[in-house]
Amino acid sequence: MPEKIISMKNIRKEFSGVHVLKGVDFNVYDGRIMALLGENGAGKSTLMKILTGVYSKTSGEILMDGKEVNFASTKESQKNGIAIIHQELNLVRHLSIGENIFLGREPVAKIRNIKWKQLYEEARKWLDKLGLNEDPRELVGNISVGKQQLVEIAKALSLNARVIIMDEPTGALTVSETEKLFSVIRELKEQGHSIVYISHRLKEIFEICDDVTVLRDGELIGESSIGELDEDKIIEMMVGRKLDEQYPRVLCDPGDVVLDVKDLNNRFVRNVSFQLRHGEILGVAGLMGAGRTELARTLYGIYKKDRGDILLENRKVRLASPTDALAQGIAYVSEDRKANGIVLGLSVRENITLASLKAYSGVIGNISKAKEEQSAQHYVDSMSIKTSGTKQLLKYLSGGNQQKVSLAKNLDSNPKVLILDEPTRGVDVGAKKEIYELINRFKKEGMSIIMISSEIPEILGMSDRIMVMHEGEITGILNREEATQEKIMGLAVGKDVN
Amino acid sequence: MKKLSFSSKSIKEILMRNKPLIVLLILCVIMSLMNDRFWTWGNIITVLRQTSINAVIAAGMTFAILIGGIDLSVGSVFAICGAIAATLIASGMDVVLVILITLLLGLGIGLVNGLLISKGRLQPFIATLGTMTLLRGFTLVYTQGKPISARGGADSLIFSKIGTGYILNIPIPIYIMILVFIIAYYILRHLRMGRYIYSLGSNEEATMYSAIKIDNVKLFVYGASGLLAALAGIILTSRLGSAQPTAGAGYELDAIAAVVLGGTSMSGGIGTISGTVIGALIIGLLNNALNLLQVPSYYQDVAKGVVILIAVLLDRKQKASR
Repeated sequence: MPEKIISMKNIRKEFSGVHVLKGVDFNVYDGRIMALLGENGAGKSTLMKILTGVYSKTSGEILMDGKEVNFASTKESQKNGIAIIHQELNLVRHLSIGENIFLGREPVAKIRNIKWKQLYEEARKWLDKLGLNEDPRELVGNISVGKQQLVEIAKALSLNARVIIMDEPTGALTVSETEKLFSVIRELKEQGHSIVYISHRLKEIFEICDDVTVLRDGELIGESSIGELDEDKIIEMMVGRKLDEQYPRVLCDPGDVVLDVKDLNNRFVRNVSFQLRHGEILGVAGLMGAGRTELARTLYGIYKKDRGDILLENRKVRLASPTDALAQGIAYVSEDRKANGIVLGLSVRENITLASLKAYSGVIGNISKAKEEQSAQHYVDSMSIKTSGTKQLLKYLSGGNQQKVSLAKNLDSNPKVLILDEPTRGVDVGAKKEIYELINRFKKEGMSIIMISSEIPEILGMSDRIMVMHEGEITGILNREEATQEKIMGLAVGKDVN
Repeated sequence: MKKLSFSSKSIKEILMRNKPLIVLLILCVIMSLMNDRFWTWGNIITVLRQTSINAVIAAGMTFAILIGGIDLSVGSVFAICGAIAATLIASGMDVVLVILITLLLGLGIGLVNGLLISKGRLQPFIATLGTMTLLRGFTLVYTQGKPISARGGADSLIFSKIGTGYILNIPIPIYIMILVFIIAYYILRHLRMGRYIYSLGSNEEATMYSAIKIDNVKLFVYGASGLLAALAGIILTSRLGSAQPTAGAGYELDAIAAVVLGGTSMSGGIGTISGTVIGALIIGLLNNALNLLQVPSYYQDVAKGVVILIAVLLDRKQKASR
């Protein structure tokens, strides 16, 4: 085995009592490309943030060239030769390529004036190295994302980076841009650079990586050279979670088709067709960026559709806004509670009735507080929302109880189709169970539910059918009986089924 | 004894929650100590009447600031509406019709602001800065830079009663101010629109996700602000018997000061109309006090600025320490 440039040993990280990393080892070898794999929330980014000095570790040891190091900031890790290229590139669109490469380190003369000629000449040198013909005076905003990616790499090289970490670098690239990037990566490797490559796309991993490290739930599952692995083995390492949580599944005979989506297309999703039946929970699985939330928001009228039909109870519906969607009976419980699910500055009562306030008001729009209070109290009792009262501002409630209020708000509009986007995100274990029970209650009452979740056990435990998405497309719809963690993960990473 | 301490505690609590009220009370105490003319019926009525114009504009401004916006155009709307009301009344038009047309004009300008902000996606500051400048210029063109008399029309006398008349020994503008605040209070507390205003100011995205037509809320808010500025313009034109081309310059700032002194957050979502009443009274009282104390007019603005900053700092500190 070649020499270790970086060796992270027994790294632990705790965020206010939550163990995100539970003693992880991670190595980067000289002149090799290391893949770092894992589901959403497995701890990949936290580990990389610790390595580059964004976070400090709770315990553990980081060795670089055999010597212990502790970076307090990205500036420090950069100085020591570690550069990270984030998925959302860190470039300033309104500055030129050259200015971006040397941002904060511009060559200056005596009175601190920038030596532009030298800056652009040096920028030219780095761009040439990567085979990028762009004028370094061109604004970054005017070049393609693929080229921006290369500018980031040029910046890393100009920092004398020996280790370059790339987080989902091909996420926004076209096929030819990806190929260009790969040839650059191979060249970098030949010149002796080491690379950490984070991606959900297994094909890419097999194409360019030498070694693989898999994390799961903050633990190291294994490190091995790529030759000893195949796709199935990697998928097994990524999922393989014990299904020890109890899901209170309710069996129902699904009724008639309520929602029929035919060939839906827009800038986020492609050729999406599926049906949802009365009293059914359709789980939607996929990795980050698979287009699940975007699909849900298209059905809720936030994003426009370019093509395709949405039929609700056999009637074509026009969904140009949430107002349309809710009026037609489609409700959406957001994954980002604080951004768009609830209003923290309003009370529990005001949040619950917000989307259905018309039902509580008279001709001139005067709200009947008594009616409102009665309804809010009903939800607080039946969903056991823990609050000092219906007049309590929502910002003083816990995450789980905020989520229940968000659910109550959507229920109060009497939807036919309820879309739940990550319904248990940021919710503690006890509240999780309560939310599952609520979801089952809605199902028994005949509601049709689409449940998006990144937790495969949750999907397996709650759904009647499971739809898996990958890069905006449906890669498979599985019945509950045939679904396994491995099958779902296989479809989620876009593995060729045949 | 125990009971007494309980009640004094609750009074303290009420005051702590209403810092603007404390500032108002302190001002009253200081004034009554410094000048024995202060607590006369005549002076109190004067303060209220002088406050009424700013208060009516500030009521509309409260809506705009509550949704996280601002309306800089109110001073210019005030001026152009006053000028047009003066022309119309002098031309002999029926007073009811004049008031109706003027109010509709203010409403229309407000709706244009609302459209620029909602459909045109302009920043409220920029959109209303534009209409403010445009209308100020238009007023100067329209009036040729000269005052327009509201006298000589068939209904001029009745029109002048709006600003100068009394009912039960109390000036009519004070009734108008009270009526405006009652309606604004009812809208914010009891109507759906009021709930939407708080919701929009607190979290625009979540409000949109709750199937609320936020563009309509914005149109309502800026429309109301324009309407109230026009109403204030009518009051002053009526009182003076003429419209001044430069009337209302800087009124937007007095209105904003009243709203902020009343404890409304500039980032929206938090605030009350009763706070704005107190804020407007603080400014009115301050103007009166500086006059009674014969402070030279140049120093008056300095003093006003200092009081505003101190009041807002007190409020800010209290909120941060919560």
